[in-house]
Amino acid sequence: MIKINSKKLAKFLGLKAVRLMILLIAIAAISFIMIQLSPIDPVRAYLGQRIVSQEQLAIMGEYWGTNLSLGERVMGWLSTLASGSMGFSLIYRVPVTEVIVQKFTASLTLMVSSWIISGIFGFLLGVLAGAKEGTWIDKVIKTYCYILQSSPTFWIGLVLLMVFSVYLGWFPIGLSVPIGQLSDTVTFWQWLHRLILPAFTLSIVEIASLTMYTRDKLINVKKSDYFLFAQARGESFWGIIKNHGIRNILIPAITIQFMSFNELFGGTILVEQVFAYPGIGQATVAAGLRSDVPLLLGIVLISTIFVFAGNLIADIIYQYVDPRLRGEDDD
Amino acid sequence: MEKLLEVNNLSISFTQYVQGLNRHDLKVISDLSLDIGESEIVAVLGSSGSGKSLLAHTILGILPYNAHVTGDVKFKGEILDQEKKEKIRGKEICLIPQSVNFLDPLMKVSQQAIGECSDDNEFKEKKLKQREVFTKYGLDESVDDLYPFELSGGMARKVLLSTALLNDPDLLIADEPTPGLDSKSVEETIQDIKKLKEQGKGVLLITHEIDVALKTADKIAIFYSGYVIEINKVENFLNSENLLHPYTKALVDALPYNGFKLTEGVQPLEEVSGCPYYENCPICSYKCANNKPELIEHDGAMIRCFNFNKVISDDSVSEELVDDVSEESVSEELVVDVSEEVNDEEANDGA
Repeated sequence: MIKINSKKLAKFLGLKAVRLMILLIAIAAISFIMIQLSPIDPVRAYLGQRIVSQEQLAIMGEYWGTNLSLGERVMGWLSTLASGSMGFSLIYRVPVTEVIVQKFTASLTLMVSSWIISGIFGFLLGVLAGAKEGTWIDKVIKTYCYILQSSPTFWIGLVLLMVFSVYLGWFPIGLSVPIGQLSDTVTFWQWLHRLILPAFTLSIVEIASLTMYTRDKLINVKKSDYFLFAQARGESFWGIIKNHGIRNILIPAITIQFMSFNELFGGTILVEQVFAYPGIGQATVAAGLRSDVPLLLGIVLISTIFVFAGNLIADIIYQYVDPRLRGEDDD
Repeated sequence: MEKLLEVNNLSISFTQYVQGLNRHDLKVISDLSLDIGESEIVAVLGSSGSGKSLLAHTILGILPYNAHVTGDVKFKGEILDQEKKEKIRGKEICLIPQSVNFLDPLMKVSQQAIGECSDDNEFKEKKLKQREVFTKYGLDESVDDLYPFELSGGMARKVLLSTALLNDPDLLIADEPTPGLDSKSVEETIQDIKKLKEQGKGVLLITHEIDVALKTADKIAIFYSGYVIEINKVENFLNSENLLHPYTKALVDALPYNGFKLTEGVQPLEEVSGCPYYENCPICSYKCANNKPELIEHDGAMIRCFNFNKVISDDSVSEELVDDVSEESVSEELVVDVSEEVNDEEANDGA
């Protein structure tokens, strides 16, 4: 079984943690500077539609620190972050951390379910297409992938919504809970019923890239010497695909699936918008449109951590599951 | 004695598309015939990259789909079609591959040697057999759990050999079993293959190393530009006088311990209308330019040449036909191809 060298792993994770810190500081600073340089005026955004006098505006500005230099403002932002606070959301009127925790959990179910669906189906379709390379099955799967990969997520979402919700009426049109019901009282089935269509939409696009990747990897395996030798030894075709093919493409496929966290996050924003699903994606759009600077910056940071986590897991899998890399410097 | 394997007039070509839609048939093996009996080692000797391995692939039925095959392969007197090949490969005919690349990099070697099993009982049975064969080749239990990349060169070779022997086949095909091995490992490989012969097995040895062929085989088939031009007993290779084909003679004479006679010339890459050796041949005649000699039997050997038993005289060698080769050089030394064998021989000698 998998032997894990705990000392090596600790060193590896330590290095990764340092890297994450550097990355977060850089991202926090850069995104803050970009917001500062953008036309968004935080004082105006805070006040919203309220009418105030010039004097009051000046006092507000001083309170918010608009008279400070850019460098001072960046340092101020970073030191507040270091104290664990991400500020106060202007639209939700609660601390940013709270908004993110609530919205992110809602999105996480959506992302995880679509991630698992796309992982399983993408891999299976890829194996099928790769094994049957050149046949009509392969061509159908390939065409399907090309179409999906070249069509935007929100458009697929709209089409599915039209077909399944409007014409067929199988699924609700949007929202994660039925209208007029408190989220605490929602049953599991109601919740699942509303999750299916968005999760399906999100996974559909992911399937395409994973399928093409898996297919390509399997075709490479089929060209390998060990595949030829397995044939020469009289193993059956599907036996070889199972014993040697899947064994050799599973690690890269899982890795690529973890590395697709960024696409997953980007896809969520669009899908949640189309399905009016109240998750982190909708919060992002709202924060952007309504100049909620603290929330926007908070989401930037949390998405950084999310994508970093995906890549980290992919790295760990490569380093510790593949026997060729696992034992390398163990001696 | 019934022949274990008979290959008759085997030709393999590939359909290629060159420059758009122009179809082109690339002939790799032409009119190959040879046979192997029980307790016999037959070497097919040819330069690397000449398509010798395809012979092995044909016998095992693992050619790529665009290969076109004519001629037939018989095993124990029965013609092998694809279905039959699939049935007996890995059981009665086994391949000893050339390198560790032929093993799945992510599977433990014992598991690979055992191969596909339908149920637990079969697995247990094969596991015992695998242990037995591994022990016989000096591979202890710690080797079982290694991955192919963890094997040393010598170990890998023994594992590959054990893999082939697990099902106790009658015929083994060793495809380039010695590339890149040190001389000690080469010697061991030769001994291992010879032992198989003592156990009554037939071996088809495909190699480009003339030294290995000479030390191992009973018969050597010389592969030149896709044709087998001569099949002769290994004893006859000691002296080029006993050989029939001018190329074979030249090849043997080019060996370091036979005088190192070397002359320029390459194997034709394109299909030629006459004898493939015509361009470089010292004994060619008008007939050779446009007619292909058949592989015929002569004194227990097989030879593909019109003029092998004619005395070299000035009459038979036409000046116009032998381009770039002066009469003097023709009469004094043979035209030898600069081929892999020679280079390998040099390399081995240096090492």
